Amino acid sequence: MAMAALRREGRRIAAPLINPHPINPLRSSLASSDREHTLLGVRSISTQVVRNRMKSVRNIQKITKAMKMVAASKLRAIQTKAENSRGLWQPFTALLGDTPSVDVKKNVIVTISSDKGLCGGINSTSVKISRGLHKLNAGPEKECKYVILGEKAKAQLVRDSKKDIELAFTELQKNPLNYTQVAVLADDILKNVEYDALRIVFNKFQSVVAFVPTTSTVLSPEVVEREAEAGGKLGELDSYEIEGGETKSEVLQNLTEFQFSCVMFNAMLENACSEQGARMSAMDSSSRNAGDMLDRLTLTYNRTRQASITTELIEIISGASALEG
Amino acid sequence: MLRQGPRFLLSRVSAASMGWRRQFATDLPAETAGDSKFVEAWKKVIPNIDPPKTPSAYMAPRPPTPSTIPSKLTVNLVLPYSSILSGKEVDMVIVPATTGHMGVLPGHVATIAELKPGILSVHEGNDVSKYFLSGGFAFVHANSVADIIAIEATPVDQIDPNLVQKGLAEFQQKLNSASTDVEKAEAQIGVDVHSALNAALTG
Repeated sequence: MAMAALRREGRRIAAPLINPHPINPLRSSLASSDREHTLLGVRSISTQVVRNRMKSVRNIQKITKAMKMVAASKLRAIQTKAENSRGLWQPFTALLGDTPSVDVKKNVIVTISSDKGLCGGINSTSVKISRGLHKLNAGPEKECKYVILGEKAKAQLVRDSKKDIELAFTELQKNPLNYTQVAVLADDILKNVEYDALRIVFNKFQSVVAFVPTTSTVLSPEVVEREAEAGGKLGELDSYEIEGGETKSEVLQNLTEFQFSCVMFNAMLENACSEQGARMSAMDSSSRNAGDMLDRLTLTYNRTRQASITTELIEIISGASALEG
Repeated sequence: MLRQGPRFLLSRVSAASMGWRRQFATDLPAETAGDSKFVEAWKKVIPNIDPPKTPSAYMAPRPPTPSTIPSKLTVNLVLPYSSILSGKEVDMVIVPATTGHMGVLPGHVATIAELKPGILSVHEGNDVSKYFLSGGFAFVHANSVADIIAIEATPVDQIDPNLVQKGLAEFQQKLNSASTDVEKAEAQIGVDVHSALNAALTG
């Protein structure tokens, strides 16, 4: 009986010594889990840092998902216009043929690109093709100039071909594309640039995931006459009677300008479609990557959380057993 | 067994090549001469990048000139916003060329005609459909295919006569009060289009 009382006394005395001990680690873990009570210099990420990272990745995922939806709706709007305009350049190709390998002195490469980024690799592809055409058509007595539409191609081409850039146009997509705007633009280009052949580089929209880099060639009236005399694809041009206008060269001049504006209109629409499609797939893969990253971070977070709980338990138990034993 | 060998190999080879040549709807089976020249020149200078495609890869080839005059004319009427007629077989079209209205029948000589604002009438059997064109070009090819490219084309019954009269008066007034050449030219164009519209409605 006295032994039991003594034991009770002992426990009552030891109680204040024991009690604070279990509470403290819990309080410390609630207050600051920033610094783990690590043993022997083992480093581990804290849960707060992981939680912050998870929050930012989740926000990025939401933003890219929203951007994908926006690009999808813009694509729907512009796709019908692009498909309707596909018949526009076909009569010109049927009449004047397709002559990308024509050999002329003054080449002008018209590169069409987007103003905004985050659209995958289409702008880089256009710039690579333009540079390739430049290399192909460079040589003694031949000159090759650039006319750039869109901010992104300008940024890339200004770096190494600054002296070859004749004109640059940006902010073309503020208003939805229509023929009048493109006609004015084409007029601008034709007035300010001397050319024998205009090569338009753009991405043709084949499907939502496929964009084919394409180049269309528009020849100046003098070159058309020269090629018609030389024979080959344009050889049949002489057999066509000309109605209207005073002279053949006047009609050919009007024809070339009209062809340029039609081809530009179709090219700009196709490029805009390709831009939206590329942005859709870029944002889609971005959301998927963010989702994967979030999964990995969740696992890390849980591991960290469980590790810290285990450490606390070890401390408590080792402390308690140190007191008892 | 040895006799079957070549037949088996042949069938395998042909199956493989048939599978290889599966095409998209937009591809042509054969590249034209200009394209292959371009592709070769490209590959020599820039071997790492694929050459860009050219418009003829996306177009169905046109039929060759037939030896006898065909019975029908194939008409394509295209605008920047849509293709109104595409591959339609008709008997005759009358296009408003700058030198006057020109009738095109199957077997017409190959022509390039510049168009002024006016009426295009498409005759098929007893049906006549009339469109008011804002101007453009018309190509008639030797194979009896006519391409008409215009910026705007509206069926004549969709034109409002009151607006035409108002527009005509407005542009005539602008022509009288125009000072610079540019203004005069613009006003003249407006007067031309509106008087053509007027003529279209009455005639």
